[in-house]
Amino acid sequence: MYLDNSATTKISSEVLEEMLPYLKDEFGNPSTLYSVGRESKKALEQARQRIADSINAKKDEIIFTSGGSESDNLAIKGVAFKLQKKGKHIISSEIEHPAVKETLHFLESLDFKVTYLPVYDNGIIKIEDLKEAITPETILITIMHGNNEIGTLQPIEEIGKIAHENNILFHTDAVQTFGKVEVDVEKQNIDLLSVSSHKINGPKGVGAIYIKKGVRLVPLIHGGGQERGIRSGTENVAGIVGFGKAAELACSQLDEHAEKLSKIRDEIIEKVLDTIPESYLNGDRDQRLPNVINFRFKAIEGESLILLLDSKGYQTSTGSACSSKTLEASPVLTALGLDPVDVHGSLRISLAPESDVFDVDEFVEAIAQSVERLRKMSPLWNNELDYNAIVGRK
Amino acid sequence: MDYSDKVMDHFANPRNCRPMEDADGVGQVGNPTCGDLMTIYIKVEDDKIADISFQTFGCGAAIATSSMITEIAVGKTLDEALQISRNDVAEELDGLPPVKMHCSNLAADGLQAAIENYYETHQS
Repeated sequence: MYLDNSATTKISSEVLEEMLPYLKDEFGNPSTLYSVGRESKKALEQARQRIADSINAKKDEIIFTSGGSESDNLAIKGVAFKLQKKGKHIISSEIEHPAVKETLHFLESLDFKVTYLPVYDNGIIKIEDLKEAITPETILITIMHGNNEIGTLQPIEEIGKIAHENNILFHTDAVQTFGKVEVDVEKQNIDLLSVSSHKINGPKGVGAIYIKKGVRLVPLIHGGGQERGIRSGTENVAGIVGFGKAAELACSQLDEHAEKLSKIRDEIIEKVLDTIPESYLNGDRDQRLPNVINFRFKAIEGESLILLLDSKGYQTSTGSACSSKTLEASPVLTALGLDPVDVHGSLRISLAPESDVFDVDEFVEAIAQSVERLRKMSPLWNNELDYNAIVGRK
Repeated sequence: MDYSDKVMDHFANPRNCRPMEDADGVGQVGNPTCGDLMTIYIKVEDDKIADISFQTFGCGAAIATSSMITEIAVGKTLDEALQISRNDVAEELDGLPPVKMHCSNLAADGLQAAIENYYETHQS
């Protein structure tokens, strides 16, 4: 059972069907004038309309990119370079995705100043902190909509309102929320928004950025002037068509899916917290994505837990340092103020609409057995032997 | 993580994973803040490791290396056991991902600490 849908999702058959012609006969370059090119152009514009409709934007406010990371880079660097004469201060949060965080670190190396708002133990920023962080130099607020590890939702509507009252642009990374909870750029006061295809059963390597009419930014990729000169390069037509279809499907069933998934989510949370001693939920109980759960279990390490669950047929993930390429513990979980030891014992479960086929009781039992097994092996768990009494005994 | 079948076997079926109440030497190495803590217990008879066990908080590699070192060390003299290197442990496991080599270190250090503890506590 695949339960790592925050990492990526399976491409849906309807999406694939819609893409196939553009990988075969409809191979034209959308910038050309003959019929095969015009067909591609038409498909491209239909996909653009679908993305626009799904976030209450206008078609010409959507620019296609290679994915969420590029959209984040374009929004943040594009605004920073455009407005650097006005000011060099940016406000963000402590739990942004690396695509935002590392872009900000890069800008700091170019003498931009960044304030990272704390998120407290529930994983959500405080509006008062945001208000206090604003200076006359602030040109951009970039705060994610939903967190990729713990699933908490930030109060973006209010953040956007405050940004606009202070004449500051507001960018949000909505990669995890798009197609899962309501995203409405008008209502939520958003100037720039990043979305990605492969998180909503679309193909990898494609995403989009919403740029509100009138907002100007410096492009990252210069060239043939595609995407209104904001993102040059011949368009990934098949990918974009797939993304458009995936967005349409996800958004047309959003309420139904959200209801179904939050029910499974709540059942898993309740049963795990009830049956497993010293188990905790990371992030706010209510202000969260319908499909993301993050637990922590005392005295065990996450990578071992992932391996055991995998052997029982469940694919999940962890914020433990031991499972990361850098051996660095999850900065998101650390930002919640957790003891570093506890960060290692985290487990992320992320559902998809097709997850409703599995048996929650069996899954919870698998987690409980795995946790118990690792605790029996752990010197940190209810060790009846007093280590210090053995050491030094003659 | 790209683990060998042998690592997965020792992780899934760890050998000698239990606390030892009447241990003659105990070594604890690692740091739970960094994600691993390993306790190695030894029972010594005639200068040889007669019994050895472990308890480990850590990743798959940390558990597998703990398990493997108990298999390598049992029956060896204390001097021989002190010679077991991190490479020996990794080799017996058909290799470890480079990023996990420190787990192998930890197992060798844990055994060494247990032997040192035995010497410290059993010298009259």
